[in-house]
Formats: sequence, C-alpha cells, structure tokens
Amino acid sequence: MTSEAAAVGLTHEASEDTGLGHRGPESKSIVVPYGFWLFVLSDMVLFSALFATYATLAHATDGGPASNELFDRTLVAIETLALLLSSFVCGVAMIAAKRGNMLWTQIWLLITGLLGAVFLFIELYEFATMIGEGAGPQRSAFLSAFFTLVGCHGAHVTAGLLWIGTMMAQVWAKGFQDHIMRRMLCLSVFWHALDIIWVAIFTIVYLIGTLP
Amino acid sequence: MTEDPSETRNVAPGQPHDSMLSESLSYVIGLALALLLTGVSFWVASTSVLWGPGVATGLVVLAIAQMGVHLVFFLHITSGPDNTNNVLALAFGVLIVFLVMVGTIWIMAHLAANMGPPPELTNLHMQH
Amino acid sequence: MFGKLTFDAIPFHEPIALVTGLVVVAAIVAIVAWVSIKGWWPYLWNEWITSTDHKRIGVMYIVLALVMLVRGFADAIMMRTQQASAVGASQGYLPPEHYNQIFSAHGTIMIFFMAMPIVIGLMNFVVPLQLGVRDVAFPTMNNVSFWLTASGALLVNVSLLIGEFARTGWLGFPPLSELEFSPGVGVDYYLVALQISGVGTVLTAVNFVTTILKTRAPGMSYMRMPVFCWTTLASNLLILAAFPVLTVSLGLLMLDRYLGFHFFTNDGGGNSMLYMNLIWVWGHPEVYILILPAFGIYSEVAATFSGKPLFGYRSMVFATLAICIISFCVWLHHFFTMGAGADVNAVFGIASMIIAIPTGVKLFNWLFTMYGGRVRFTVPMHYLVGFMLTFVIGGLTGVLLAIPPVDFVVHNSLFLIAHFHQVIIGGVVFAVMAGYTYWFPKAFGFMLDERLGKMIFWCWFIGFHLAFMPLYVLGFWGGTRRLQHIDDPTWQPWLDVALVGAVIIGIGIVLTVVQLLYSIKTRDRRLDVTGDPWDGRTLEWLTLSPPPHFNFAVLPDVHGEEAYWMRKQTALKKEQLVEEPDYKPIEMPLNTPTGVICAFFASLCGFAVIWHIWWMAILGLVGAFAVLVWYAWRDEHEHVIPADKVAELERERRRIRSEQIPTWPRPA
Repeated sequence: MTSEAAAVGLTHEASEDTGLGHRGPESKSIVVPYGFWLFVLSDMVLFSALFATYATLAHATDGGPASNELFDRTLVAIETLALLLSSFVCGVAMIAAKRGNMLWTQIWLLITGLLGAVFLFIELYEFATMIGEGAGPQRSAFLSAFFTLVGCHGAHVTAGLLWIGTMMAQVWAKGFQDHIMRRMLCLSVFWHALDIIWVAIFTIVYLIGTLP
Repeated sequence: MTEDPSETRNVAPGQPHDSMLSESLSYVIGLALALLLTGVSFWVASTSVLWGPGVATGLVVLAIAQMGVHLVFFLHITSGPDNTNNVLALAFGVLIVFLVMVGTIWIMAHLAANMGPPPELTNLHMQH
Repeated sequence: MFGKLTFDAIPFHEPIALVTGLVVVAAIVAIVAWVSIKGWWPYLWNEWITSTDHKRIGVMYIVLALVMLVRGFADAIMMRTQQASAVGASQGYLPPEHYNQIFSAHGTIMIFFMAMPIVIGLMNFVVPLQLGVRDVAFPTMNNVSFWLTASGALLVNVSLLIGEFARTGWLGFPPLSELEFSPGVGVDYYLVALQISGVGTVLTAVNFVTTILKTRAPGMSYMRMPVFCWTTLASNLLILAAFPVLTVSLGLLMLDRYLGFHFFTNDGGGNSMLYMNLIWVWGHPEVYILILPAFGIYSEVAATFSGKPLFGYRSMVFATLAICIISFCVWLHHFFTMGAGADVNAVFGIASMIIAIPTGVKLFNWLFTMYGGRVRFTVPMHYLVGFMLTFVIGGLTGVLLAIPPVDFVVHNSLFLIAHFHQVIIGGVVFAVMAGYTYWFPKAFGFMLDERLGKMIFWCWFIGFHLAFMPLYVLGFWGGTRRLQHIDDPTWQPWLDVALVGAVIIGIGIVLTVVQLLYSIKTRDRRLDVTGDPWDGRTLEWLTLSPPPHFNFAVLPDVHGEEAYWMRKQTALKKEQLVEEPDYKPIEMPLNTPTGVICAFFASLCGFAVIWHIWWMAILGLVGAFAVLVWYAWRDEHEHVIPADKVAELERERRRIRSEQIPTWPRPA
C-alpha cells in the first residue's frame, strides 16, 4: 500500500471490482520492471519480423551458398552452452545481489559477461569465416537475412555486455540501493530474454537449416 | 512505504517472492531442463531414427518447450493472481509474434507462388 | 572529412525550396534573438525544455505538431495548385523531381510529425489527470521521447535546405527507394528521421501502458477509467506491437542502402514485395493508433456536452479492445493488387469489413449519448457532429475498398486518397481540434474565443468536403494518386473545386493561429476561474486551471464511474466539499536535460549517417550513450514539495470551489 493510499484512508475492500484499482498506484519496484517487460516484449516483436524475413528469404540464395553448406553445428553447440550458462550465472548474480554480497555479485556478473563475450567471439569468428569464403551478407538475400537476424541478436548481446559492465561499476560505486536493484532486475530480464531468442535462432537457423 | 501482507501484491516480472533457496532451486532446475532440451534438439536434428518431415516440427516443439522453461524458471512467470498483468502482456506479445510470423509467411508463400519468376528463369533465381 | 556533404547540397537551383528554407532559418534566428533579448532562456530551460511534467511535455508535443501542420499543409496547397494548373498542355510550376518530394514530405510530416505528436500530446496532458495520479510512470523517459520526436522533425526540415527529401512517397517502397534508383540523400533523411523518432514513440508506449495498468488513483478499477484512458491504452498497445516492425522494415532498407544487402533489391534474390508486407504490418495499426484516441476524445466530448454519462460504457470498452486486436489482422488490404490470390485476399477483406462493426457500435453509443441529453453546441460538439457525418462516409468508402474486386479498380487512385483523408480529417483532425478546444482552458487557465472557434470548424468542414469530394469522382474516372500532370482537360473543374477547398482549409489554419493570439491577448475576458469551465465529468476538472505541478494535493478516492461527477454532485447536494485532507509533503521527479542533450547527439548522429560522415556518427552515438550513463549516475531523483505549500494551493482551490456551490448549475 502506498503512503498516498494510506493518507487518503483506504476504504475499499480487496474483493471489490476487478483490476488493482483499490490500492492506488503501485510502487516503483513493480512499475519499473513492468515497463521494462513491455519493452522486452516489443523487442520480441522486432525479432519476429526478422524471423519472418529470414523465413521468406531462406531459399533466395541467388546461386550462392545455402544454409546446409555453411553452418558448423559444433560451434553452435558451444555458443548455445555459453549463452545458457551465462543466463544461469546471471540468475545467481541476482541472488547474490539480493543478499547484499558485493564480492560475489561482482564475480558472478563478471562471469556472466565473460560467457557472453565467449558467445560473441565465436559468432564474430563465424561471421568472419563466412565473409572470407565469399558468403557475406552482400552475396544474396538469404545471407543478408541470416547476418541481420543473427547479427541483430549479437548486437543486443553486445549492448547487454555494455550494460553488465556499467552495472558492475554502478553497484560498486553505489551499493545495493533500491534503484540499482531495479536496474539489476531489468538487466537480468533482458539477459534471459536474449537467451530465449537464441533458442529460436539455433533451432530455426542452425538446426532446421542444416537438416539433411 | 507500508505493505499489508494480507493483500495480494502484484509481482514484478522476473521477481519471485519466494525465499532464496527456492529461487536458487528454480535456476538450477531451469538450467538442467534447458540443457536437456538443447541436447535432445541437437540429437533430433542429427538422427535418422525419426521420420524426416517430422523432425522440423519436433525441433520447433522442443524450442517452444525450452522457451517455456526460460519463462518459468528464469523469468519466474507463473499463473498466480499476482502475475496476471505480466502474463497478459506476454500473451499479447505472443499473439502479435504469431500474427506477424504466420501472416508474413502465409502471404509471402502465396505471392511467391502467384508472382514468382516464370519456370524458365527459376534456375538462375531460386536455387536451394 | 565531411562525407558526401558539399556546398552543392544547398538547393541553389530550386528557388522554392531555397527561399522556403531561408525563410525558416530567418524565422528561427528571429525567435532565438527575441527570446534572448527578453531573457527568457532560464525560464524556458527550467520550466519547459528540461521539464518532466506530463502537462508541459504534452503542450510541447502539440506546439511541435501545430508548427509541422503548417509545413505539411504548405505541401498540400502546393500539390493542389500544381494539379489544378498542370492540365493538358500546361506543365504547372513544379517539375516532377520536386513534386515527388512534396507529396512524400506531405505524407511523412502529416502522419509522423503532425498527427502522432498531437495525439500523443493530448494523451500526455490528459491521461494522468484523468487517472487521478501525479504523472506518468516514467517522467524522464517521457521527456526523452519528446525530444527524440523533435529530433526526427528537425532532420526532415533540415532536408529542405541541405540536400533533398525522398521522392518515393511517405512509405518509401523499394526498388525505387533502393540506392540504385534513389542514389541521393533524400531517402536517407526519411529513414533516419523516422528511426530516431520511432524510438521515442515506442518509449512513449511503454510509458502509457505502464501508467494505465499500474498507476491509477485508489478505487479506480479498470471499469471505472474514463473511455479516453481505455482508448489510450489500446492505442499504445498497438504502438508497442507495430513500431518494432516499422523499425525492422526501415532498418532492412537502410542495410540495403548502406551496406549493399539484398533484402529488397532486384538482384541477389531480393524481394521487394516483402517490404510491402512488413511496412503495412506496421502501417495499418498506425492508423488505428491515431483514430482510437480520437474516438476517446469524442466519448469525453459527447458525455460532457450532452450532460449525460456516456451510453454503453462496457460496449465501448469491448469495441475498443476488439478494434485493437482486429486492426492487427487486416494489413493485406493495402496490397490486394499485389497478387497474393483470392483466398488470402478474401480472408483479409472479410476481416477489414468486420472491423467496421465495433466502430459502428461506438458511433451508435455516441448518438445515444446525445439522445435525450441537454446538448450544448459548443465548439467541441460541432466537431463531434461534423465527425459523425464525415467519418461515416469515409468508413463506408473503406468498407467498399475492403472488397478485393472493387479495390482492383480503385487501388492507389484518387478515390483512395479521398477515403483516407476523409477518415483522417473527419476522424483524427476533428477530434484533435475538439480536444484542443476542450482541454485548452485546463492547460492555460483561459478559454479560446468561441466565435472564431466555430468559424474554424466551418472552414475545416466545408473546406474538407470541397477539397476531397471531387477526388472520389476523379478516382472512378481513372485518376491515379501522385500525378504531377493531368492529361484529361475535363477534370479541370473538379480540380479547381478541390483547390478552393484546400484554400478554405488554409483559412481555417490561419484562423487557428489568429484565434490563439487573440485569445491570449483578451484572456482576461474568458478566465477559467473554477477549473471546471464545461461542467465536466472526469477527474481533470477537479483541479484548478492550470493544475499545480503535482496535480492533486491528495490522490482522489474513486467510488464509481465518472469519479468527478459523482463527487461534484455529492458536494452540491451536501452544499460542502469533502473533508479537508491531512496534507503531506509530495515528492515529484526532478527536471533533467537528459532528453534534449540525448536528442542533440541523436540529431548529430542522424545527420552524419545521412551524409556518410562516419567520425561524426560515432561521436553522436558515444555522446548519446555517455549522456545516459551520466544520467544513470545521479543520486537525487526527486524534489520535495513541502506540506504547507501543498496545503496553501489546495486551500485556495477549496475556497474557490466552495464559493461556487450556491450558484453552480444543478443537473435537471
């Protein structure tokens, strides 16, 4: 209950009417992550448009290399593992943060970032190899779609790494204040969401795309 | 800010109101399930045991399951009354994702069939 | 060093663009000079530019929109004049390369930098007040959203004097918009401006959906919210759902143009039809994003000026949500002729017709609200009635267009142009003018001149019909859209009538400016002393005009629908106000320069990307990121308004309201 509602002298029963109206405005610790959740959902819609583009152009190879010639499942498995573990470690970092443990929060956040960096490094290596073989995004519509879909996810991961770095600095400088914790929560939602997108990518692009 | 424990509070997405132990357990179970589903996906994609055309469908089902695992165990989206707004927002998002993807694929497939290049040119343009 | 930018970018060879650009620059210099001489910069900086107050931000959006209305309308009158004068042997005065930029700028500006900002501005100003809260959920982000929108508008206007604008129409279809066929910077201005303002718009949507779902006055459940808040919710859900697809569509085109990708090119396997599909996935919800808040305004106006509660509140809510969902299922009707085939066309055609049903439900609800009420024909009521007559015809032509075989005849003809202008002007513009008149006193403490207001309405109503009815006829006669030259001399009289209509609308716009200046000058004659000049029914009329920074001294306790009306009637019956509350200090968010500085770097980056000045682009990006980190580092987020200050302002309000009780009109 907010102090506003208390000041007014709350006269409403919890059972009255649908919607949380009886309580008045929610606190910031509810409002901020909800807003961020909405943003993440809009980001999912963005990826859905990229997936739809990829699906449409999957066979528009213009005589050039197709998906079953290009992708290395072993590398993809390592990337997937790295990102999944990174997601898990991020959760552990949140637990450490809630217990107010500065050392372990920083360590887990660092590991989260390092695993994310491993993911990114493998992805960049893959991109560089493909471009070196003449299978760059300018070669065909299919390749444009591949590089954009996977690259956009990679760009989000990069942004996430910048955010992790910034968060580590903020937590160090300011401790576990309310607004810092809200940002940590938003970061973890973002990071988990990126792993959800990756599940779709490795399934549709790398596994289905390389079926015999 | 006072909180009345007897009222059903709303919960922020990603934020459970369990204890530390149940939250840690949630992540561990989630990781285990996700690893399992990932492993199965890679296996399904490489085995010849399953009927060919069913493999792609199976992979999609496994992917959706894994997304569910992430949502429940990492993002703590549940069906409780305190999570209603979060679930509604998610449902809306899923609806839009579905409309955009299925709508686009359906439309573009029809356009390709009706408006694609004449068969003589297919060799140069649409190759797999 | 400066990429593609050279002095050739200035249109010395296009006198119209050059002169217009120089006039605009001169006006800006004059305004800046005047503000500096008067010493108003500290006031403007502290009270407006860095404000996180939704009321201030709302007004700034509307000011931006009205300025862009002038530019968009100038484009319109140039187009009408060209078409009326370029019949048969004559070529008019605008060569095709220039004419093409004008219709592209007209559409882009009117939709993105006039209609969207004005609707968002009204939502910004009104919704927190109607919900009985102090501000939106994320006030700083609100400020950033505004400045990013302004940044987009700025870039579009810079294109007038430095470079050129797109010649591809307001949606920039490939392959024409690809680098091969549009090698200049015009399409890049279009793409970059929209991407920047698009970020602002999505952030606005996050803000409003969160505000409406999570922050309302105590007791205000969903079914007690004003209908304007419901329509704002639906509209912003659509923004969240649709704008990412716009970002992708424009982004993929940018990748084609900047990095040589092959999404929509003719070669490399590109598929330009994919762009059409994606952009209309956004484009159709966009028009519902505009019309839903307009419907909300009509609901408020209908109830207030009929002196009755809105008829059929629940059906209004369900109709709004139905329209919200269905609007995401009809987009293919914009390209029936592209060849998806009968089954696909049929599904989308039927869906497009179905969406007319909830719209019809709304219309009947407004009619039944008026029926049996004591209708006051104020200026907003004029717009409501005008809308009901105009929009219905526009909607009917829409249902006609929803039938694929009919659409095959009139797709992209002047019939289509007439249809969408009818629904946008009759629907959105009339609503915005009604809302502007209705809420103006709340924002500024005095009313607009009523007589001039009615004249403006008639200019719009008569002008619109003269300007667009002939186009339906010309559309059936084979008139395509975007014609720079007309072959058939029998069309001349129709084009002349259309031009006269446009001129009459122009007079209406000039009168709007006159009305504003005159109303300011003579404001003492029309002061809104009580804060409730219209005998309103919703919570924004509880406050004085303009409301204090914190809106309400104490968040109002809501007991039923029409929270304010019930409270007012109770006070009138008991002949006294509610008990004086316990005053507490109020925390309000601090002002911040984050928005304007971020937008500055965004504009810098945008301009650099357009002209391929890569070092400047990187500088802009780094700058924008640095501003955000700097903002995130601050420790003070709020300032406190002491309880005695709150008490002082609230007691003044109570004093004025108490004095009104004996003489306030009681309902019949």
